[in-house]
Amino acid sequence: MSRGPHDGSPSPDTLEDALVAAGLRLEKTQKHPTITLAGEVLTLDLCGGLWLEAHRTLIVSDLHLEKGSSFAVRSGQFLPPYDTRETLACLHEAIVRHDPARVIALGDSFHDARGPERMEPGDRAMIAALQEGRDWVWIAGNHDAEVEEGVGGRYAEAMTLGGLVLRHEPGPAPAVGEIAGHLHPCGKVAARGRAVRRRCFVTDCQRLIMPALGAYAGGLNVRDKAFDAAFPKGFTAHLLGDGRVFAIGRAQLARD
Amino acid sequence: MRLVRGERSALLVAPTGAGKTLAGFLPSLVFLAERNGPRSKKPVLHTLYISPLKALAVDIARNLEAPIAGIGLDVRVETRTGDTPSHKRTRQVSRPPDILLTTPEQLSLLIAHREAADLFAGLRCVILDELHALVTSKRGDLLSLAMARLHKLSPGLTAIGLSATVREPDELRRYLVPQTPSPLPPLADLVVVAGGARADLRMLDLGRPLPISGHTAWHSMEAIYDLIKQHRTTLVFVNTRLQAEYTFQELWRLNEDTLPIAIHHGSLDAGQRRRVEAAMAAGALRAIVCTATLDLGIDWGDVDLVVNVGAPKGASRIMQRIGRANHRMDEPSKAYLVPGNRFEMLECQAALDAVEEAAQDTPDAREGALDVLAQHVLGMACADAFDASDLYDEIVSAAPYAGLTWERFEQVVDYVATGGYALRAYERFAKILRGPDGLWRVRDARTAQAYRMNVGTIVEAARVKVRLGRSLRGKPGAVLPKTGRVLGEIEDEFAETLTPGDTFLFAGETLKFEGLAEDEALVTRAPPGTDPAIPSYAGSKFPLSTLLAARVRAIIADPFAWDRLPRPIGEYLLQQRRRSVLPGERDLLVETFPRGKRHYLTAFPFEGRLAHQTLGMLLTRRLERAGLRPLGFAANDYGIAIWMTRDVSERAAIDPGFMGELFGEDMLGDDLEAWLDESAMMKRTFRQCAVIAGLIERHHPGQKKTGRQVTISTDLIFDVLRKHEPGHLLLAAARQDAATGLLDVRRLGVMLERIQGRIIHRSLDRVSPLSVSVMLEIGRERVYGEGADEILAEAEAELLQEALA
Repeated sequence: MSRGPHDGSPSPDTLEDALVAAGLRLEKTQKHPTITLAGEVLTLDLCGGLWLEAHRTLIVSDLHLEKGSSFAVRSGQFLPPYDTRETLACLHEAIVRHDPARVIALGDSFHDARGPERMEPGDRAMIAALQEGRDWVWIAGNHDAEVEEGVGGRYAEAMTLGGLVLRHEPGPAPAVGEIAGHLHPCGKVAARGRAVRRRCFVTDCQRLIMPALGAYAGGLNVRDKAFDAAFPKGFTAHLLGDGRVFAIGRAQLARD
Repeated sequence: MRLVRGERSALLVAPTGAGKTLAGFLPSLVFLAERNGPRSKKPVLHTLYISPLKALAVDIARNLEAPIAGIGLDVRVETRTGDTPSHKRTRQVSRPPDILLTTPEQLSLLIAHREAADLFAGLRCVILDELHALVTSKRGDLLSLAMARLHKLSPGLTAIGLSATVREPDELRRYLVPQTPSPLPPLADLVVVAGGARADLRMLDLGRPLPISGHTAWHSMEAIYDLIKQHRTTLVFVNTRLQAEYTFQELWRLNEDTLPIAIHHGSLDAGQRRRVEAAMAAGALRAIVCTATLDLGIDWGDVDLVVNVGAPKGASRIMQRIGRANHRMDEPSKAYLVPGNRFEMLECQAALDAVEEAAQDTPDAREGALDVLAQHVLGMACADAFDASDLYDEIVSAAPYAGLTWERFEQVVDYVATGGYALRAYERFAKILRGPDGLWRVRDARTAQAYRMNVGTIVEAARVKVRLGRSLRGKPGAVLPKTGRVLGEIEDEFAETLTPGDTFLFAGETLKFEGLAEDEALVTRAPPGTDPAIPSYAGSKFPLSTLLAARVRAIIADPFAWDRLPRPIGEYLLQQRRRSVLPGERDLLVETFPRGKRHYLTAFPFEGRLAHQTLGMLLTRRLERAGLRPLGFAANDYGIAIWMTRDVSERAAIDPGFMGELFGEDMLGDDLEAWLDESAMMKRTFRQCAVIAGLIERHHPGQKKTGRQVTISTDLIFDVLRKHEPGHLLLAAARQDAATGLLDVRRLGVMLERIQGRIIHRSLDRVSPLSVSVMLEIGRERVYGEGADEILAEAEAELLQEALA
């Protein structure tokens, strides 16, 4: 069984042309590929965030902070209480790399409305440090719609940015230029008796649905009905691999 | 006689069929018969019987009732299993029978009951059946803790262990009595019943060479069918579910006489399994093809032949299986071993020798698992308030936990209370609380309820039902679901790798996978003559036992022993000696050779598949670091093959110390740590610990699946925990499991120690006869060496090609 990286692949030049023609600008070896949506160039960051260089804006979705502690409250299951710390570390890494002027959290930033109260002082301080000197927008999600204060930044139901509309739950198709979260997309590739399941961006070049960033956020397979409704004409999923982001067609994606 | 009087705890060792189960009840029956006068007003539970199988407990109850009624004793016998209705359970606690027959899990629930102290205060005797089979698992750990509690509730209680012949009876003797910190551990008495008739055991010799690889024994199917025809009732044992399916199908293909032949394995629908068992008990079957699900179980007196297809894997297992035939002292058990390939012939010969000498390969005594202990501690809080130091003393009286340190115990109590994290995030929600009187109590009824739902150590792999659908004629691809019956269940992990259109063997048929609908795998019957495309699903795979492995190495090393082997295998070994070399008993043979555009390294440690898979992972890392660019590896029970792009023979020629370093014992240091962090096996091991220790709630059959986005994945928990608190109790528990379980690290360590300075490297110009066997596993086995990114890159390439088209 070969894992020779380039066996039988077509040459990169023709590939690039073909991809541009397909409306899919992607460089095979690029760690963080870019796509174009409503005239805006979006970089798909390996951490699961979107970087908009032109607006110096970083968008992240579904942080689900304090999900671990919400399990302790609701069902007495003591999950390791480090998910908030882990999620913030991931966010921190992306912020350090891009130094954005604006950070937009696309909803479900907290797993429940009491989440901010339960946060450890260290994690609270971490958020404050990340917010320092930046415009920070919490878009309301279904889990955290009632959170309206106590963690800095400003609050919004939805917002526009250039030609883009940013909201938590995807609206009915077609939704040109919409960026949403909520669904926690995951793509699964099965080959030779092994399955790889990863978080992913999903797009049809009209709209884009972002992966969840939260350490304990689960995933919904992109072959689920929910994605058919959002992308009636099919989609490409961009899976977060170990070393880079991979563009995978719907046909190559397996159901759970 | 003291045993009969029930004055001292004892281990009763006897071969199957010697009637040891009833012998275990003798002291109790004698006592209950001599009980003076009429029963006292308040009934007292006198004897507990614990069986690993629910069905066995029910069967023993039936067998006891006859002699009790025969002698006219006034003795009440009852069973308590998961099927016992709740009103009866309640009554069994308030008005217990004289003798209660139950399982380890039910016992754990009973000792966690608020009334446990009353219920067990008058208990005189506990009988542990099939003890040899229980003590090797976490179930045995849980039972040992329950026994420690029983010894405390009823001091002076006698424990009687019933066991097949074992290698180290002292381990079981320790298990039965409370341990004290003395240089000489307390032991139960030992009673050995000699004998029974010697088994009539042989290897099926077809008189022609066997293939070098493969485990299906397809060449022997006609001979097996003839054996079935010649006997009254035959049990055909196989090692995996796939093998069961294959054998069953082949036998039916040959079954011109339409003999009633059935199949039995753990994935089949429970209802179907019960029907097969009932038909067997009624004497309506001529043969059952089965897996380990029937290794233990109730007596079927009519079985007059046992056939074991494939590698025997272990001497004790084979003896247990042989014992299923002719459960009578005076008749010899008759059995055939059927090898599937040349190596399995060697293994069969080793097993024949071992049975002849009654050599056993029961694994070493266990060190009690920490996740099981955590479950028990919560249970004890449910029973009553406890003092930590009293509970500690009680726990270390259980043999598997005799070495538990106070610090570790405190860590477990802390884990049960608040999760045991350095970040004290859950103090407010503590499950057990220490009161002003210093005693620990359970928080509330909900916590106790959660404990009861979680009890037990058997963590079923997540499974999906397999439902037979019907294809719509004229509408290819469309399937009518919900019309067909449920055939059984397959592991989630197997279902995950299926894509629609794949064909596989299941429930005796070739099925076509149509897709997953909710939590069911929808299948249709494949057209007749379709070969199943998916070669295997794991089912149960036992690794080759240490004892048999050593014996196989000894046979290979000793040409005089070859006389006892079928001729073709002797010739095969001779060829290996001419073309390469045959390793000595303690040596490790390593061969390197080119083939096609690649370079291969094969090694033959004979330490079982699990240890070899771990070895393969670690060697690939080292070869990668040495710049040899390994591409993948395959492993079987005898050896491994690794393939790479660079010339490994050349490297070994330039650097004579290369092989010694490659197989250095330091492999189990950093390389192992680094690999464990990302190993799927480790994550699976962790999941089991997390469920047993109650970190996450168990999913119960029938409970509606709420979808993956809602349930929390233990893989995510593992990653976060490993990063932020690598010293956490559950990671320690998972590591302890990894040492003996799916990764078999301990055995690998023993092997690496054995071979230091004893590596025989042969640089060959082509593959040797020995190496062919493991080379044939390539492509058949899952390749663990591959990173996720390679698989993603391949799928991406397909998209790119589509874009080009």
